[in-house]
Amino acid sequence: MANKVFMLSEIVKVENLKKYFPVQKSFLEQLLTRKMSYVKAVDDVTFSINKREIFTLAGESGCGKTTTGRLVVRLLKPTSGQIYFRDQDISKLEGERLRLLRRKMQIVFQDPYASLNPRMTVGDAVGHPLEIHGVAKGEEKEKIVLDVFDQVGLTPPEQFLNLYPHQLSGGQRQRAALARSIILKPELIVADEPVSMIDVSLRTTIIDLMLNFRKELGLTYLFITHDLAVAKYISDRIAIMYLGKIIEMGSKERLFLSPTHPYTQALLSAIPVPEPKRERKMIDLKGEVPSAINIPPGCRFHPRCPDKKSECAIKEPQLMETEKDHFVACHSN
Amino acid sequence: MSKIKDKIKKSFLARFVPGLASLIKRGPSGWMVILGIIIVLALVIMTAIGPWVTPYNPVKTNVGPIRAPPSSQFPLGTNHLGQDMLSRTLVGGAIMLQVSALSALVCFIIGVPLGLSSSYIGGFLDSTISLVIDAIYAFPSLVIAIAIAAMLGPGVVNMALSIAVVYIPSYFRIVRSQVLSIKELTYTEAAKAAGARWHTILFRYIFPNVVPSIVVVITVNFADAALTAAGLTFIGLGVTYDIPDWSWDLTNGWKYLSSGAWWIISFPGLMIILLALGFTLIGEGLSELLNPKLQR
Amino acid sequence: MPLLEIDSLAVDYRTSRGAVHALDDVSFSLHKGETLGLAGESGSGKSTLGLSIMRLVPYPGVIVKGQIKIDETDILKLPESEMRSIRAVKVAYIFQDPMTSLNPVKKIGAHFVELIRTHEPRTSEKEAVERAKNVLKNLGLLSERINDYPHQFSGGMRQRIMIGLAIALNPDLVIADEPTTALDVIVQAKTLDLLEDLRKIYGMALIFISHDLSIILERCDKIIVMYAGHMVEYATSPDLHKAPKHPYTQGLLQSIPNIELSDQKLSAIPGSPPNMVNPPKGCPFWPRCPYAMEICPVKVPPLIVSGQNHLVRCFLYGE
Repeated sequence: MANKVFMLSEIVKVENLKKYFPVQKSFLEQLLTRKMSYVKAVDDVTFSINKREIFTLAGESGCGKTTTGRLVVRLLKPTSGQIYFRDQDISKLEGERLRLLRRKMQIVFQDPYASLNPRMTVGDAVGHPLEIHGVAKGEEKEKIVLDVFDQVGLTPPEQFLNLYPHQLSGGQRQRAALARSIILKPELIVADEPVSMIDVSLRTTIIDLMLNFRKELGLTYLFITHDLAVAKYISDRIAIMYLGKIIEMGSKERLFLSPTHPYTQALLSAIPVPEPKRERKMIDLKGEVPSAINIPPGCRFHPRCPDKKSECAIKEPQLMETEKDHFVACHSN
Repeated sequence: MSKIKDKIKKSFLARFVPGLASLIKRGPSGWMVILGIIIVLALVIMTAIGPWVTPYNPVKTNVGPIRAPPSSQFPLGTNHLGQDMLSRTLVGGAIMLQVSALSALVCFIIGVPLGLSSSYIGGFLDSTISLVIDAIYAFPSLVIAIAIAAMLGPGVVNMALSIAVVYIPSYFRIVRSQVLSIKELTYTEAAKAAGARWHTILFRYIFPNVVPSIVVVITVNFADAALTAAGLTFIGLGVTYDIPDWSWDLTNGWKYLSSGAWWIISFPGLMIILLALGFTLIGEGLSELLNPKLQR
Repeated sequence: MPLLEIDSLAVDYRTSRGAVHALDDVSFSLHKGETLGLAGESGSGKSTLGLSIMRLVPYPGVIVKGQIKIDETDILKLPESEMRSIRAVKVAYIFQDPMTSLNPVKKIGAHFVELIRTHEPRTSEKEAVERAKNVLKNLGLLSERINDYPHQFSGGMRQRIMIGLAIALNPDLVIADEPTTALDVIVQAKTLDLLEDLRKIYGMALIFISHDLSIILERCDKIIVMYAGHMVEYATSPDLHKAPKHPYTQGLLQSIPNIELSDQKLSAIPGSPPNMVNPPKGCPFWPRCPYAMEICPVKVPPLIVSGQNHLVRCFLYGE
C-alpha cells in the first residue's frame, strides 16, 4: 500500500506507522535479561485522508486508535514509519518547525473536564493559541474569541469570557474546546472521542457543529471513536482497528453494507439498537482482546476468529482491495 | 510587559478580598484559616507597634526587682536581670518573625524553581537532584540546623539560612510531585498541541496549578521555622542577650522554673505557641479547603 | 402483589449551597421477574433512585418523603439491622465500576465465601466454596480461578464477577447501575446477555439504570424516563418507542444514532441539563421544550395517565 505518488487531494498520509512503548522492567529483570518487551500500540498502519473528508478510526479500547491520533498531530513521535501533512514529511520534525505546524492541525480531546486549564478563564484558554502564534493580542484577540464563541453556540459570548471551566457544564466545556481548536483556522482537526463523555441529548449538537465547520471552514477531520453508530452518522470513510492494525477500511456505505472481516461483523452485531426487544443475532467471539505485549502470531485476530483457516496462525494478512474503496486484511476473504 | 503585570495584580487583588470573605462560608476549615490569620496578624501588629507602647525599655536591666512576680507595676513580672517581662514579650517576636519570614523566602526562591525545573526536565538530572534532596530530607531537621548554625555563627540571617536548608526539601518534593502529575494531564497536552513553548506551559499551565500546594507548605514552613528558631536559641546558637526575644527568655526562664518563677518562661512560651498555632491553623485549613474540592 | 412499590419518593442532598432536590415525587411498582429500565442523563436522579431502594444514599443525601415497600414492608421504617438482612439477600446492587468495587487483596473465592457466610451463617466453609464455584461456572469462568485475585481478571470478567456476587444469594430484585458503561461493546453485549440468562434462571426482577437508551429499549419490559429528579414518562418499551409522549423522550429518541439506518436525520435538544442547585421553576424541562406553554414555568405538571399503562408528566396531556 506504500504509494509514493501523493494525490493532490490528500491532506494526511500515514505509511507503515509504528509506535512501540517499551515496558518497564523490574530491577532483577534489568540485570538478568537483555530482552525488551514492547506494547505494540500501533503496528504498521497505512491510510490517507482527503481534504474535507471525515475519516474515522474506529475500534475497541486498546486497538491503537487514540495513539494513532496523537501520532498524526505529533504529540508523540513515531517509532518508525512516515506521516505526511500535505506533502511534507512531519514524522521527525522537532522544535520550532513542529510548533509552526501546530497552527494547521489541532486536536479536540475526549474529556471536557480535563482539557481546560482550571486556572485560566475560558476566554483566555480559547484565545491562547492566538497569543502563542502571535496572531492577535489584547482587544483584537478578544474580538476573535467572542466571534468564535458565537460560532460554537456559547451565547451570549461576553458572558463566557471571564468564566472559569468549573462554572461551565460538560457540554459547554466541550464547545469551548472546539472553539479553541478552530480559532487558528487549521486545516485538520483530530477529534479523539469528542462526544463520549457528553450527555446523549447534547452529542448531536457538538457533532453538527463539527459538520458545520467542515462546510464553512473547509476542515478535514480525523475522527476517533469506539461508537460505531456515531461513526456511521458522521463519517465519509472508516477504518476499523484491532490490536494496532487496520483490519478493514473503506467508504461508510461499503463498510456497513458488506462488512467483510469477521471482527467487523462481530462488532456490528453487538451494537445496541434503539428498538424494543429485537431478536439479536450476535456473533459470539471467544475470549477477550489479548494484551498488546503478546500479540498472537500470524493474523492477530485468529485465536478468536470463527472463520479461522490453517494459514491464519502462520501468515499475517495484508490489507487487500476486495471491491472499489473497500479493503480487508483477512485470509478467508 | 507592564500591562500584563497590571492585569495580574488586578485579578489577584480582585479575587483576594472577596475570597477572604467567602472563607467564612466554607465551614470549619474556612474558620480555621480566618482564625489563624487573625492570630498571626495580631502577633505581627503587636510586634510592630511594640517598641512604641512598651512601658519600660525591654533591654534595660534592673528597671525593677529581680525575678519579681506579676504585679500592677509589672503585669508580667520581671526576669533574673530585672527586665520587664511585659515589655520583652511585646517586642520579643521580632526575631522569630524575621527568621521565619526570611527562611520561607529563601526556601521559596530556591526550592520552588528547583522543583519546577527538575521535574519538568526529568530524566537523569531529575533523578540526581531528587536523590540529593532526599538525602537532606532524611536528616532530622534540628540536627542539620544546628550543624549549619554552628558553622555560620549567630545572627538573624544565619539562623534563617540554616533553617532554610532544612526546609527546602519539603518545597522541592511537593512541587515536584505536583508537576509530575500535572505534566500528564490533558490540559497540558492541549497546550502542547496548540504549539505553546515550554516556558508558557510551565508558567501558565503547570505553575498556577501547583500554587495551592505551595501555599500550604509555606504556612507549615513558617510554623516549623518559628519552632526551630526557638530550638536553636535554646541550644545557644541563636541570638545574644541584648535583643529581646521570646526564645531567649524561654531558654533562660527554664532555669528558674523550679524556684517558682513561672512567669519568666510562661508568657514568651505562650507567644511562641500562639505563633506556631496561627500558622498551622492557616495551613491545615487551606489544605482541607484545597483538597476536598475534588469531591463534587 | 408487586415485589417493589415506591410511592411519592423524594430525596434531597443537603449541601452547603442549599438543598438539591435529587428526586421528587417518584412512584412506580415492579412485579416479580419484570425488567424496568431507568433512563436519564447526568443529574436525572436515576442513580439516587437505585441507591434509595437499598437505603445507601450517601451523605449528605436524605430521604425526605415517601414510601419504599418491598414485599409490602416499608423499608424506610426498618432499623438498620433489619435493613442489612435485606441487602444482598432480597435486593442486590451491581455497581458501575468493576475496577474499584472488588477488594484487590482478597481472592475471588473469599469475596463469595464472606458474602454467603455473613448472610447464611450456618453454611460451612466447604459448602460456601462449592456454591462459589457453581456461580463461577454459571458466569462462564473456570471454577479453578476461585483462588485468583481481582487484578488477574479483565474488566469484563470483573464485571461478571460483580454480577455473580449480586445473584449469589438469589435475591428477588437486582439493581444494576450502569453495569456496562466502562466496557467495550462486544464485552458489553456478552455481559448483558449473561445477566439476562441468569435473571431468567433465578427468576429475579431487574432494575437497569443507564444513560444508554438503546440498551434500555432493547432489554427492558418497562421504562421510566427521568429528568432533573422527576419521572417524566413511564411506559412499556414498545409503547415508548412507538409513541413517546414527553417532549424530552421524543428529543432523546431523535438524537440517538441508529446503526441499522442510513441517512438518519438526527436532531439535538437545545440548551443543557439544568443546574440541580438552582433548577428552573415549574417543569424543569421547559427552557428546552419546543412546546413550552405559559403554565409550564409556573407549576410542576402532575403524572397524567395517557393511554394504557402509559404515564406522562406534561401539561400537553392534561392538567
